[in-house]
Amino acid sequence: MSDIAVRVEGLSKKYYIGKKLKKSPTLRDNLADAFIAPFRRAGNLLRGKATGAAELDETIWALKDVSFEVKRGEVVGIIGRNGAGKSTLLKVLSRITEPTEGYADVYGRVGSLLEVGTGFHQELTGRENIYLNGAILGMTRGEIDRKFDEIVAFAELDRFIDTPVKHYSSGMGLRLGFAVAAHLEPEILLVDEVLAVGDARFQKKCLNKMQDVGQQGRTVLFVSHSMPAITRLCERTILLDEGSVLEDGPSAQVVGTYLSSGLGTTAAREWPDLAKAPGDDIVRLCAVRVRAEDGQIADTIDIRRPVGIEIEFEVLKSGYVLLPHFKLFSREGIEAFNSVDVDPAWRGRPRPAGCYISTGWIPGNFLAEGMMFIGAAMVTIQPKIVHFVEMDAVAFQVVDSTVGDSARGDWTGGLAGVVRPLLKWTTQFTPNQRETATRVTEEEKS
Amino acid sequence: MIRIEPSKGWVSLKLRELWEYRELLYFLIWRDVKVRYKQTVLGAAWAIIQPFFTMVIFSVFFGRLAKVPSDGIPYPIFSYTALVPWTFFAHGLNQASNSLVRHSGLIKKVYFPRLAMPIARLLAGAVDFVLAFIVLLGMMLYFGIVPTVNVLWLPSFILLALVTALGVALWLSAMNVQFRDVGYTVPFITQFWMYATPIAYPSSLLSEPWRTLYGINPMAGVVEGFRWALLGADTAPGPIVIVSSLVALVLLVSGAFYFRRMEKTFADVV
Repeated sequence: MSDIAVRVEGLSKKYYIGKKLKKSPTLRDNLADAFIAPFRRAGNLLRGKATGAAELDETIWALKDVSFEVKRGEVVGIIGRNGAGKSTLLKVLSRITEPTEGYADVYGRVGSLLEVGTGFHQELTGRENIYLNGAILGMTRGEIDRKFDEIVAFAELDRFIDTPVKHYSSGMGLRLGFAVAAHLEPEILLVDEVLAVGDARFQKKCLNKMQDVGQQGRTVLFVSHSMPAITRLCERTILLDEGSVLEDGPSAQVVGTYLSSGLGTTAAREWPDLAKAPGDDIVRLCAVRVRAEDGQIADTIDIRRPVGIEIEFEVLKSGYVLLPHFKLFSREGIEAFNSVDVDPAWRGRPRPAGCYISTGWIPGNFLAEGMMFIGAAMVTIQPKIVHFVEMDAVAFQVVDSTVGDSARGDWTGGLAGVVRPLLKWTTQFTPNQRETATRVTEEEKS
Repeated sequence: MIRIEPSKGWVSLKLRELWEYRELLYFLIWRDVKVRYKQTVLGAAWAIIQPFFTMVIFSVFFGRLAKVPSDGIPYPIFSYTALVPWTFFAHGLNQASNSLVRHSGLIKKVYFPRLAMPIARLLAGAVDFVLAFIVLLGMMLYFGIVPTVNVLWLPSFILLALVTALGVALWLSAMNVQFRDVGYTVPFITQFWMYATPIAYPSSLLSEPWRTLYGINPMAGVVEGFRWALLGADTAPGPIVIVSSLVALVLLVSGAFYFRRMEKTFADVV
C-alpha cells in the first residue's frame, strides 16, 4: 500500500456565472427571444443539458490545473483569498460537485465537514439531531451510539439534549454541530472554515480537537482564513490564487508569502484594480496599512508606541453613511476587539463620492506581544449593508524590548493575554502596629 | 481508492452505493416522519382528514347528485378505496419532486447518492398511507365487505403506486433543480391527474379496447387493482394492470437515468 492519501492531477472546475451580452439587440429580437427561449430551454432540459434558468454562458475557472499529493497522516492547510478556489477544491474532493477536467484519487474513507450542523432540523431535539447529523456526515448508527456521550459532553449540552434545537441559542447549535463533526473518524478529513464557531474558549477547544485528529495519524485538508490556526495546525500549506496553486510548502513560509503578496510586507495591502477590490457598487477598499507613530509603514511595532491602522477606500456612490472599522485578532485567532471610526467630522454624515483614508490609532502599551492580524470592514447601518469584510488584510508584530518601562516591568518570562495595558498602580501601606510597637520599645531600651 | 473525474453523458445508476447508504436513507425517512406533524393541533389526523373529506364530497356530488355508477359497490367506500392510494401517490409525488430544492443545503454541503433524497421523501408518506388504510378497514367492516383471496395482490398494487410516483418524481425533481417552474406545476399536475384517474368513477364506463388503454395512466391500474383486491369488484383489471406496470417501469427506469445524468450539476445549480 502506498503512503499517498490524496493525489490530485490537473484538476479543473468551470462554473457558469453570467449571461453574455449580445450586441445591440432590437426590441424584435428581444420579443422573439422571449418566446423562443422557453422552448429552447425545455429542449435542453429534456436532453439532459443543465443550462439553468438564466442560460449562463459566461464561464469562470474556479480551479485551473491544480496538482498536488498529500501523504498519509499529513495535515495540510489551504489558504487563499476569497474566490481563490479553496472551497471548490474541497467540494470536488468530497464528491459534492464534479471536476470539469483532470482527476483526483482518494485512498481511504473521506469525511468532509464543509459546514457545521448540516441537516439539523429545528423541530428535533439535540439527541435526535446528533443521530441525524451523524448519519448525514457518514457515521453508522453503532458508531454514533458509541460516541454519543462523548459528543454531548464535548458540546457541553447535557441539560438540553432533549430540548428541540429551535430553542437553542445560535452558539449552542454550532457547538452541537461541531461536536458531532469532531467525532467523525474518517481516514481523510476535509474541513472548511468551521473553527470560527462559538466563543473564544470553544474555538480553542475545537482547535485542540483538530490537533488531536492530526496527531492520530489521519490525513487532514484544512481550509481557513485564520492564519494563526493554519500555522498552528498544519506543517504544510498550499496557497491557491485564482484557481491555481501559487505556492506549496512549509506553513510559515507560505503564510508569509500570502500576507505579504504584492508589496513585500505584511503591513500593507493595496488593491490597485478597483474592479477586483473587496466591496460593492457603493464603496470599495483601496488599501489597508499599518503605520508607526512617525507615519512610516511598519510591520514591527514597539509595544510602548502607538500604531495606526489605516483604511483607504473609495466611495463610488454618494449619499451613504459609512462606518469603516477594523477587527484585531491575536495569533491564536482570538478576536481582541473591534474599533469603529468615530471621527466626528463624518459621523452620521452621508459621504460624497471620492477617496478617503481613515486611520484608527491603537495606543502604546495596550497590545500584548506577538503577531496581530487586522480585518478591515465597512458597513452602513440604515439600511444594513455589509460592503466588505476583508479578514487578515494586514498583520504586524508587536515586540517588547524588555528595557523595563513596558507593562511587563521586571518580569522577563511569558505573559498570557491579548492585551497588555500599562496600568497605573498605587500602593497603600499600613505598617504592622504590633511589630512597630515592639521595635519602638526595643529602640527605647537600647 | 476512489477516482474522482468528470463523467460523460449517461452514467450508471450506482444502485450498490445507494444500498450502502441505506442507513442515511433510513434517517432521512425517520426525520420526515418525526417532524411531519410537529406543531400541529390535529397531528396525524391530517393523514386521514384529506382522503376522508374528499370521499365525503365525492359521495355527495358524484355519488348522490350525479349518480355516477360504482360497479355495484356503495359509493363512499368505492371512492375512498381509490383515494387512499391516490393520496399516497399525490402527496409523495409532491414531496419528492421538491425534495432536492428543499434540501439544497444538504446537496451543497454533503455527498451522498442523490437518489436517496426523493426516495426518502416518498417513503416517509407510508405512515400516512397506513393510517388512511386503517380507516379503510373500518369502513369495510361498516359496509360488511369481506375481501376475497385477491387481497394477496394488494402489496403489488402498492408497489405499482410507488414505482409510478418515484418514476415521475425523479424526472420532476431533477428538472426542478434547473427550473423552479416545475415546483409550481406539480400541484396542477396532480389535480389534473386525479380527474384522469378512475377515482370518482369506474373505468368500466369505457368499452374495450379503451379500458385497457386507460392503463397508460399507471394510477388507473393502481386504483382499479385496489378495488379489485379489497372490494372484490367483479371487473377484473388484469389487462389494465399489465399496461400500467409497463408504463410505470418505463417511467422509473428513464427517470432514474435522467436523474443520474443531471445529478452532477445539482450542487452547482440548486
